[in-house]
Amino acid sequence: MAEAFKFELVSPERLLVSAEVESVVIPGAEGEMTVMAHHAPVMTTIKPGVVTVKNASGSEERYVVFGGFADIVPAGCTLLAESAVAVKDVDRADLARRIQEAKEDAADAKDDQSRSKAEQFLSQLTTLEGAILPA
Amino acid sequence: MPSLKDLRNRIASVKATQKITKAMQMVAAAKLRRAQEAAEAARPYSERMGSVLANITQAVGGGGDAPALMTGTGKDDVHLLVVCTAERGLCGGFNSQIARHARDHIRRLLADGKQVKIICVGKKGFDILRRDYASMIIERVDLREVKTLGFVNADAIARKVIHLFNEGAFDVCTLFYSQFRSVISQIPTAQQIIPAATAASAQPETADGASAVYEYEPEPGEILSDLIPRNIAVQIFRALLENAAGEMGAKMSAMDNATRNAGEMINKLSITYNRQRQAQITKELIEIISGAEAL
Repeated sequence: MAEAFKFELVSPERLLVSAEVESVVIPGAEGEMTVMAHHAPVMTTIKPGVVTVKNASGSEERYVVFGGFADIVPAGCTLLAESAVAVKDVDRADLARRIQEAKEDAADAKDDQSRSKAEQFLSQLTTLEGAILPA
Repeated sequence: MPSLKDLRNRIASVKATQKITKAMQMVAAAKLRRAQEAAEAARPYSERMGSVLANITQAVGGGGDAPALMTGTGKDDVHLLVVCTAERGLCGGFNSQIARHARDHIRRLLADGKQVKIICVGKKGFDILRRDYASMIIERVDLREVKTLGFVNADAIARKVIHLFNEGAFDVCTLFYSQFRSVISQIPTAQQIIPAATAASAQPETADGASAVYEYEPEPGEILSDLIPRNIAVQIFRALLENAAGEMGAKMSAMDNATRNAGEMINKLSITYNRQRQAQITKELIEIISGAEAL
């Protein structure tokens, strides 16, 4: 069994998770990454996606996050999410609203740079929707 | 001299008022507890944000690639004041305290020949500042419909501020709110959010010696430009939560005072009422006795 380390998932409203975990999968801005104990110090922004937490006891929990960043040091990992909910509590209407907003942003973008950014965000959101809402 | 009936009516109406203020005090107490919990729940995020920001600022080293939101425009001609107050009154000096603090600041700025713009969050601050500085208020954020303050509300305000900054509408942004100390003490505070004054407030965690060898994904500058706007939203969120707790605390003590005052008034009115009633009875008795004697 792998060594446990301290993981914290924090949203502006509250502290969601603070526990000893075995591994965490983070949707990093430049690709997913799995964090385990003694990871090299990394700081990364995250894209909308699913965070999978594997507890020291072996059980798994999944959370949906909408952007934020992660601060990883050998001793532990802190994930500051702009907004985070457990997958089972995801509000479809809220997700649909975010996608709608992203679409509007993409349509309103004035220059190419902001448009590509908005479109990228939109595609991340739709991927996320497909991943967590199978039915 | 008011008649007995008048006195009875007064006592009844003061009693009704006392019931209302008592109920408001209890509601405020319950809400205060919730607001305090919300403020406490938000603390870990802003604390970690502070330490992460300090780390990354160190890495970027305030060089040329630091975003303008952090370094400022290099001028301080136009000041933007975000004044956060409550939506409702009946909370003692809470709103006027914040407004007075903001007004002093505005006077100082105007005396120095600076230009001032104001964004009012909350109705009460708007009502007070409108009297003197109506022309400077560029925006008014209404949170009246909001039941529980969410990060979304703060984010919307932050977006407006950042949008204005990108348009070059102002150089320095200061946030006014009331810091929650205890139920009886709220301290009106001014906090500069643009350019960010983070270096002084948050010390980097150097205890684990890890801050120097961080890997960044993507580049530090890019992360920073993502982080700074978020940090502004977090600061505003924290201010709103502190305000919410402070408002409820102030309301609680104001209503407690009002209830006590009403009690005193009822006592005084009851004494007057009883005296007068006794006087009337005595008078009637004298009339009867002297009438009987006359026979």
